[in-house]
Amino acid sequence: MPSTPTSIEVSHLSVTYPNGHLALDDASFRLQGGCIAALVGINGSGKSTLLKALMGFVRPSRGSIRINDEDIASARAHSRVAYVPQNEEVDWSFPVNVRSVVMMGRYGHMNLLRIASREDQRIVTQCLEKVGLLDLQHRQIGELSGGQKKRVFLARALAQQAPIILLDEPFTGVDVTSEEAIITLLRQLRSEGALVLVSTHNLGSVPEFCDQVVLIRRSVLAAGPLEEVFTESNLKCAFGGVLRQFHFESSTIEDHDGKTVKLLTDDERPLVFGRGGHLEYRDRQGREQLVQKREEEAGS
Amino acid sequence: MNWSEPFSHPFMVEAFWLGALVSVTCAVFSCFLVLKGWSLMGDAISHAALPGIVIAHLLGMPLALGALAAALACSSLSQWITRSSSTKEDTAMGIAFSALFALGLVLYSRSDSELHLSHILFGNILGIEASARGQTIVASCLSLLVVLGRRRDLTLFCFDPIGAQAIGLNCRLLNLLLLATLGALSVAAMQAVGILLVVAMLITPGCTALLLCKNMGSALVVAAASAAIASTLGIYLSFFIDAATGPCMVLAQGLCFVLALLLRRLRLP
Repeated sequence: MPSTPTSIEVSHLSVTYPNGHLALDDASFRLQGGCIAALVGINGSGKSTLLKALMGFVRPSRGSIRINDEDIASARAHSRVAYVPQNEEVDWSFPVNVRSVVMMGRYGHMNLLRIASREDQRIVTQCLEKVGLLDLQHRQIGELSGGQKKRVFLARALAQQAPIILLDEPFTGVDVTSEEAIITLLRQLRSEGALVLVSTHNLGSVPEFCDQVVLIRRSVLAAGPLEEVFTESNLKCAFGGVLRQFHFESSTIEDHDGKTVKLLTDDERPLVFGRGGHLEYRDRQGREQLVQKREEEAGS
Repeated sequence: MNWSEPFSHPFMVEAFWLGALVSVTCAVFSCFLVLKGWSLMGDAISHAALPGIVIAHLLGMPLALGALAAALACSSLSQWITRSSSTKEDTAMGIAFSALFALGLVLYSRSDSELHLSHILFGNILGIEASARGQTIVASCLSLLVVLGRRRDLTLFCFDPIGAQAIGLNCRLLNLLLLATLGALSVAAMQAVGILLVVAMLITPGCTALLLCKNMGSALVVAAASAAIASTLGIYLSFFIDAATGPCMVLAQGLCFVLALLLRRLRLP
């Protein structure tokens, strides 16, 4: 793990594409190691552009990015940042097996001929184990399910052993088991001091595993701890009219159904605000105090 | 008819090993070309190499260098057309390479060279000159070494260019490496089968292997083996049926492809 503290600092970042489209305008935020940050915004709000700028794939027209207090080129040369791309950009019929893909994550640590050392093999095995794909390591990648494919690329990012991991929409087209596995893994990375930045437009999953939020709509609208930033009014601002809402009116919940209400969705997690804009969590691990506080409030 | 007769002529023996060397090199490279989705690029570059070859010949330079320059010119020209208009990539490439090929033909017809157009168009592996042979051997061996040495990076680059960039590979350099190898091999394969059929050498063996293989290592071996067999078979048969050698080699590769296709149909229900 790194000697310098892990951090991302984006200041006054603007990105203009060659066709003149201004994708990001004066975006600023700062994140520090040991957190999972959600990058939240609608499609086309600049999430992917911001991630690409962090990877150095697109050049900012203004502003700067510092990673661990280094510039991007130096950060990349030292394997500080790993990236899990969206699935669509890959040819799934390609003749590579799962293990070879994960091994690619080690290339930055190898010599020019990319001959794997015993240490590389050990790390790859370990990463495959972490994502639960060791049994499938000799499968051709196209033979996996959507969620398993995503886990392969997550394992490849893990194999890079970078302190910062960027994930672009990791939960689209992913089954529930894989989603749980990915979330567990990200939590583990956080506890090891890593900085995880996840772009998503799936609001419901954010309170489940993120502790920081960067709200984005061309520029950064708000950034900071989940409880402060992830509020109804901020989200309305970030999503504008495209946010679908369903209000459980007091007549149905409070009186008729004895405060019990069931909410079903197909694969997207719902985002639920309680009375006074409190975030409702499904996963209560580590939030026992909060739950107790809510109960006291409810009792009073 | 004496079945071993082809092996008793020195020019045939030379054609056998030179054909095998060129075919195997092209076959190894073809796996990457096909996976990168550059089949059309292979066709384009092999044709666009002609003006470079003519100019290099007039200047007394190695033909491969001329072909290399022409390859780069063709790809930058088509990129420029795509970027500066809404023309689609394959259309732009079609325009660029046919124009360059035509330029090559014009340059050839205006120059009094002892370069035989029929040798360029259809190959001349049975009567190859010493200097051309030397260039072919050097271009093939260098390409083979470079492609095999960098095969892991090239695999990653073809598979997932964004991931390759994220892992820290120099994708611009790898792109250039593919282009340069394509140019060099176009010249090598041109000596064997002629410029019109180079693209077959650069696509068919890789495609044959990818029908049968599920990993890159075995694909490279199968491609190389099928190309070596096809080259030997093609040259051998051309001796007895008294036909042009290059097209026979390409036909034999086509046959290998059909066999692989049938084999795959048998294996998959």
